[in-house]
Amino acid sequence: MKSMTIGTPWQIFGILVSVITVSALLIWVERRLIGIWQDRLGPNRVGPWGLFQVAADMIKIFFKEDWIPPFADKPIFLIAPAIIMMTMLLGFVIVPFAPGVGIIDFNFGLLYFLALSSLSVYSVVLAGYASHNKYALLGSLRAAAQSISYEVFMGLSAMGVVMLAGSFNLREIVEAQRDGWFFLPQFAGLLAFTVAMVAESHRGPFDLPEAEHEIIAGFHTEYSGMKFGMFFVGEYLGVTLNSALIVTLFFGGWLGPAFLPPLFWFMLKCAVFIVFFILIRSALPRPRYDQLMNFGWKRMLPLTLLNIVVTGGLGLWMGG
Amino acid sequence: MLSQLRSLWLVLKHTFTPADTVQYPEQKPALFPRYRGRIVLTRDPDGQERCVACNLCAAACPVDCIALQKGEDETGRWYPEFFRINFSRCILCGLCEEACPTYAIQLTPDFEMCEYDRRNLVYEKEHLLIRGTGKYPDYNFYRIAGKSIGGKDKGEAENEGKPIDIKSLLP
Repeated sequence: MKSMTIGTPWQIFGILVSVITVSALLIWVERRLIGIWQDRLGPNRVGPWGLFQVAADMIKIFFKEDWIPPFADKPIFLIAPAIIMMTMLLGFVIVPFAPGVGIIDFNFGLLYFLALSSLSVYSVVLAGYASHNKYALLGSLRAAAQSISYEVFMGLSAMGVVMLAGSFNLREIVEAQRDGWFFLPQFAGLLAFTVAMVAESHRGPFDLPEAEHEIIAGFHTEYSGMKFGMFFVGEYLGVTLNSALIVTLFFGGWLGPAFLPPLFWFMLKCAVFIVFFILIRSALPRPRYDQLMNFGWKRMLPLTLLNIVVTGGLGLWMGG
Repeated sequence: MLSQLRSLWLVLKHTFTPADTVQYPEQKPALFPRYRGRIVLTRDPDGQERCVACNLCAAACPVDCIALQKGEDETGRWYPEFFRINFSRCILCGLCEEACPTYAIQLTPDFEMCEYDRRNLVYEKEHLLIRGTGKYPDYNFYRIAGKSIGGKDKGEAENEGKPIDIKSLLP
């Protein structure tokens, strides 16, 4: 049992700034990648390759009218976008970027992440509830149901990894993958965890809470200006955090051939998964609501349970 | 599940497909002669205004963006005293061109007419009138039509017979 170690203030500040910068840049990355995949170019005018599009968007969104509907429940309406930013940023606390780079290293890191990702649902639910708008409420109802059904097997799908590594500490999980990354022995777990991560970040194809073709913009229908921007950046923070978690649990975190520094390996793997997240958003259509529920409860949940049983059984049989 | 993986792969393959985007200000799109853009008033081959101020274009215009006033010069030719098109209303539908009996009003392949001030989109006759004949280089309304003007009496137009004397009994 290790005691809790905390990074230096410089590390904390650096991680905070770089994480927010990366998430903001993802707005440009996503638009550019989707453009390329749709045989377009995407934003390429502001700055080199359109890289300053993010700055332009930020300036625009800061000067937009920040309107609070008179019928809204004001305090809840105000804290809802703050919750998603807060929980997602707090989630980065446990991410093991590289040996010695990170904010907090403690023994229940994975559980902490699961707890925070459930908390982030409150943002969506409260936003829809406080808006007093039927479409927003429909969106948050969907978000609540979707979160319940997907969080169950999200936690369970990571348990196989925990069994193999014998720890909830994310750094120890990474170290346990020195002899082989867990995505091979835990392939079913990886599948289920990735699906749960996509559903957790409310992004396409699981963007039912904001399904703009059915319920306007879902839970953030009534939001404008920077409050909407916070939902947006929170979503991208979630994508970054989720890819970091997938990399940590299944793809060996910072581990990699020694010719590159560990931090670089970690960022490279994360980038691959961020691109994958964007790819599934641009490629797959949104399922119907009941299909989503069926898929969660009837396919993924049994799959993860089976995965746990098989992993545990094999572990016992091999004398683990 | 297999079809989802297949569509992921198909979309990923598009990474290497060249984009169809035309990078507009640097790279001009191909505009064809019949493209419906900025409206012009043309002249006949003699260099006279073709417009006879018949008002048919203004009547045909679905958004009422054309305004004109008929005038008559000393030879009896009709012409618009003013001719005004409000391009902030114009929808470039081309109905005025179809309605025009003298090929005077024509749409051209030019759409670059942005203005910072809305009032600058109101084009007067001197902005609309061009020097050339547009799409119909040989057409001259007054040389074909039977209307008598100074220097050309009835029956003197191209392919026009002498007027029939309806008071006479002789064939």
